[in-house]
Amino acid sequence: MSTAAAHDAHDHGPAKGLSRWLFTTNHKDIGTLYLLFALLMFFVGGAMAMVIRAELFQPGLQFVNPMFFNSMTTMHALVMIFGAVMPAFVGLANWLIPMMIGGPDMALPRMNNWSFWILPFAFAMLLSTLFMDGGAPAGGWTLYPPLALQTGDAFPFVIFSIHLMGISSVMGAINVIVTILNMRAPTMSLMKMPLFVWTWLITAYLLIAVMPVLAGSVTMLLTDKFFGTSFFTAAGGGDPVMFQHIFWFFGHPEVYILILPAFGIVSQIIPTFARKPLFGYSSMVYATASIAFLSFLVWAHHMFTVGLPLAGELFFMYATMLIAVPTGVKVFNWVSTMWKGSMTFEAPMLFALGFVFMFTIGGFSGLMLAIAPVDFQYHDTYFVVAHFHYVLVTGAIYAIMAATYYWLPKWTGNMYNETLGKWHFWLSTIFVNVLFFPQHFLGLAGMPRRIPDYSIQFTEFNQISSIGGFAFGLTQLLFAYIVIQTIRGGAKATDRVWEGAEGLEWTLPSPPPYHSFTTAPEVK
Amino acid sequence: MSARIKLRVRQALVGACLMSAAGIAGAEYGLNLRQGVTPIAQGAYSLHMLILWVCVAIGVVVFGAMFYSIINHRKSKGAVAAQFHESTAIEIVWTIIPFLILIGMAIPATKALIAMEDTSNSDISIKVTGYQWKWQYEYLGEDVGFFSTLSTPKAEIFNQEAKNEHYLLEVDNPVVVPIGKKVRLLITANDVIHAWWVPDLGMKKDAIPGFVNEMWFKIDRAGTYRGQCAELCGKDHGFMPIVVIAKEQADYDKWLAEQKQSASAASADSNRVFSKDELIARGEKVYTANCAACHQANGEGIPGTFKPLKGSPIATGPAADHLSRVLKGKDGTAMAAFGPQLSDADIAAVVTYERNSWGNNMGDVVQPTDVKAAR
Ligand SMILES: [Cu+2]
Repeated sequence: MSTAAAHDAHDHGPAKGLSRWLFTTNHKDIGTLYLLFALLMFFVGGAMAMVIRAELFQPGLQFVNPMFFNSMTTMHALVMIFGAVMPAFVGLANWLIPMMIGGPDMALPRMNNWSFWILPFAFAMLLSTLFMDGGAPAGGWTLYPPLALQTGDAFPFVIFSIHLMGISSVMGAINVIVTILNMRAPTMSLMKMPLFVWTWLITAYLLIAVMPVLAGSVTMLLTDKFFGTSFFTAAGGGDPVMFQHIFWFFGHPEVYILILPAFGIVSQIIPTFARKPLFGYSSMVYATASIAFLSFLVWAHHMFTVGLPLAGELFFMYATMLIAVPTGVKVFNWVSTMWKGSMTFEAPMLFALGFVFMFTIGGFSGLMLAIAPVDFQYHDTYFVVAHFHYVLVTGAIYAIMAATYYWLPKWTGNMYNETLGKWHFWLSTIFVNVLFFPQHFLGLAGMPRRIPDYSIQFTEFNQISSIGGFAFGLTQLLFAYIVIQTIRGGAKATDRVWEGAEGLEWTLPSPPPYHSFTTAPEVK
Repeated sequence: MSARIKLRVRQALVGACLMSAAGIAGAEYGLNLRQGVTPIAQGAYSLHMLILWVCVAIGVVVFGAMFYSIINHRKSKGAVAAQFHESTAIEIVWTIIPFLILIGMAIPATKALIAMEDTSNSDISIKVTGYQWKWQYEYLGEDVGFFSTLSTPKAEIFNQEAKNEHYLLEVDNPVVVPIGKKVRLLITANDVIHAWWVPDLGMKKDAIPGFVNEMWFKIDRAGTYRGQCAELCGKDHGFMPIVVIAKEQADYDKWLAEQKQSASAASADSNRVFSKDELIARGEKVYTANCAACHQANGEGIPGTFKPLKGSPIATGPAADHLSRVLKGKDGTAMAAFGPQLSDADIAAVVTYERNSWGNNMGDVVQPTDVKAAR
C-alpha cells in the first residue's frame, strides 16, 4: 500500500508553461519538440526549394543572382538533411523506442534534453549566415575545397553549426543505443524487438561512427582557412581530393542514416494493414546490418570522375552494386508481407506503399549510377538530383509522414481526418512525380546540377518540374493543417487504434501515460 | 465515387506508372541518354540501355506482384489474411538471383571501364585548365593555346533579348580537333575544382588544382559538340560552356596554322608602345572578358564577396603595386594570378583601363614592356 502511494506521488504530470518544454527530460515531450522542429525546418528548407524551382522555371536569370541561387541549393540540402529528416527520425525514436521495448523513458534523459536544445541554436546560426557579408555558404552542402574556402564571413558559422549538429546527433545516438541495450522489458529479447527499434539501433552505430569524421573534415577546412594549414590546398602540398574521400566516408553512411529508420517504419506499418506478420523478420535484420556494413565500403562511388585508379573504380563499382542484394531482399519481404494479406488502405498504409514503389524507383536509378562507365555520363547531372530525391523525398520523408499518420492517434489520443490524409497522399504522390520524374530526362539530356540558368532545350521539362514543385510544396501545408487539427482534438482513438496493430505501444492507453511502462510488460 | 470508378482510377494510375517507366526507353522523344559520337559514348549508351531494361524487367515483376496483391488481397474483397511469415528456400532464391543478375551487369561494365581508362597511343594531346569561369586549351607540342569563354550576350541572360539557339552553350574560341584521331586531354584547374564534360563525347573528368587527370575521345563524325562545366565552381558555374569542333584532318591542319600565325602576331605586341586611348579601348575588352564577372562592369564589385576597384587603394595607388596584384593575384582570395593567363599587352591594357575608369583618374599608362619587366 505504501509503495503504491509512493508510486502515485512519483506519477506526476508535466510542469506547466514554457518550463515544461525547456527543462523537460521526458521522452515524449522531447520527441514532440524534435518532431515540431523537424516540421518547421521542412518548411524552411522547402521555401528554399521553391526559390530554386522559381528561378529554374525559365531560362535566363529572373529572380535571384547566381550566388544566392548557389546559397539556396547549399542551404536547402543542409536544412533538409540535418534539420528536417534527421531530427524527425530522432523524434520518432524518442517517442517510440521506450514504448516499443517496454521501458519507462530514455536511458539518459538529461542528455536527451541537451541534444535537442542544441539544435535551435545550431540552425539559428546556420540560417543567420543568409544575412552576412558574402552571403550564406554557396559551395554546395558537400563543402568541397578549394571552393568552400571562398565562402565569406559565413564560413566559421557554418562549420560551428555543423559541429553542433554533430554533437547533438552523437548524443542522440548514444541515448538510443543505451536505451535499447539496457531498458528493454526482461522478456524482450533482441530478436523480438520491432524492426523500427532494430533499424534505429544500427543507425545509431552508424551515427557514432561517422559524425566525428564529418566534424574532423570540416575542422580541417577551418584550419586551412584561418590557421595556415594546407590539408586540402594543393599549393601548400595538400590534397583537395582527400577532403572528398573523408567527406564521403561520412557521406555514404549518412545516406543510410537517412533511410534505415524509414525501412523500420515501413516494416511496422505494412504488417498492420495487411493483417499479416512481417515476412522474413530475421532476414530483414540481417539485410539492415549488411547494408550498414557495406555503406562503409562504397564512398568513392560519389567520386568516379575525380580520376581514381582503374582498380579503385572497379572495387567501388562492385561494392556498390552489391548493396542492391540486401536492399532487394527488403523490397521482396515487404511485397511478400502484402501477399495474401487482408489489406486496407488508410493514410499510413498509402504512404508506406508509396514508399515501397517510389523508393524502389530511386533504387533502380541508384543501381544505374553504380555502373562507373555510365556514371561518367550521369554524374553531377539532374539524373543524380532525381535519384536522391526519389530516395529521400518519396523514401525518407514519405516514411516519416506514414509514421506520423500511424502513431499520431496514439500520441494525441485523437484520430486524424482520414479523408484529408488520403487527399494529402494522392496530391503529394501525383505532384512529387511531376516534380522529380522529368529530372531524369533532363539529366540524361545533359543538364548539369547546381546551375541557375540553362540552355533552351531544357525549358519544357524544367517548367513541368517547377509546376510539380510548387504544387507539392503547397500540398504540404495540408499536412501541417491535419497534424495541428489532430493535436487540437478529434474523434477519440482506441488503445490499439488499428485493427491489425501489434506491439507494446498499442497496449498503452491513447494518449499514453507520462511515463510509459513503470512495470515491465510481458512479451509473448 | 463508386467502388467501381475508384478501381478504374487506380488501374489507370498503375497503367500510367508503367507507361512512364517504358517511356524513358523511347529515345525518339529526347528523353533518353544521348548516343554520342565516340566509341566511349556508344559503349556507355548500350550499357545504359542494358541496365535500364534489366531494371524495367525487375520492376515489372516486383510491382506486378505488389499491385496484384493490392488489387486482390484486400479486406474489402473479403480476403482473409494468411499467416505465413518465412520461407528459407524462397529467401535464398531471391538473394542468389539478384546476385547473378549483378554479375551479368558487372562483366560488360568492367570491359567498358577498362577501355575508357586506356589513354595510351594517343595522336594529339591537349592540356585543359579550368579557371573561374573559363577554360584554357594548350595544344602540347604545337605552341598553340587560348582561353575559351562564354559568348552569349548579357542581354540574353537578363531577358532583354530573345535567346539564340545555342544560348549558354557557345564560346568565343572553341576547341578544334581532327576526326578519327585519338585525342588525349590532360585536365587540371587553376583555382577550384571544375569538370570537363561534353555529353556526346561520353566522358567527364574533374579538373582539380594540383592534379592532372586524363581522358580521351575519338570522334567519328565532323560536327560541333557542346557541353558545360559539371562541377560546382562558384558564381558562374552555369556560364562556362565547352564547345568542341571536330574537323577533317586537312581542315584541322589549316586551323592549326592560322592559330600559330595569330600567336606570333600577339607576341609582337609585347614590344610595341601603345597610346593611352589604344590601351584603354583594348583594356575595356580584356576587363569585360576576365574581370567583370567578379568586379562588375561598373568596377563596384559585390559587397562582401568581391572587392570594388572603383576608388580602391590598389587601383588608385602606385602603378607597380597594381600591376603586381594583377600579375600575381592574392593568396587566399578569389583574385587569380593573371600573369600566366594574359599577354603583356592585355595586362598593360587592363591595368591602364582600371586606373582611368569609373572616376579612377590616375592619368598614367602601363606599357607592355613594363609588364614584361615586372613578370
Ligand atoms: Cu567550372
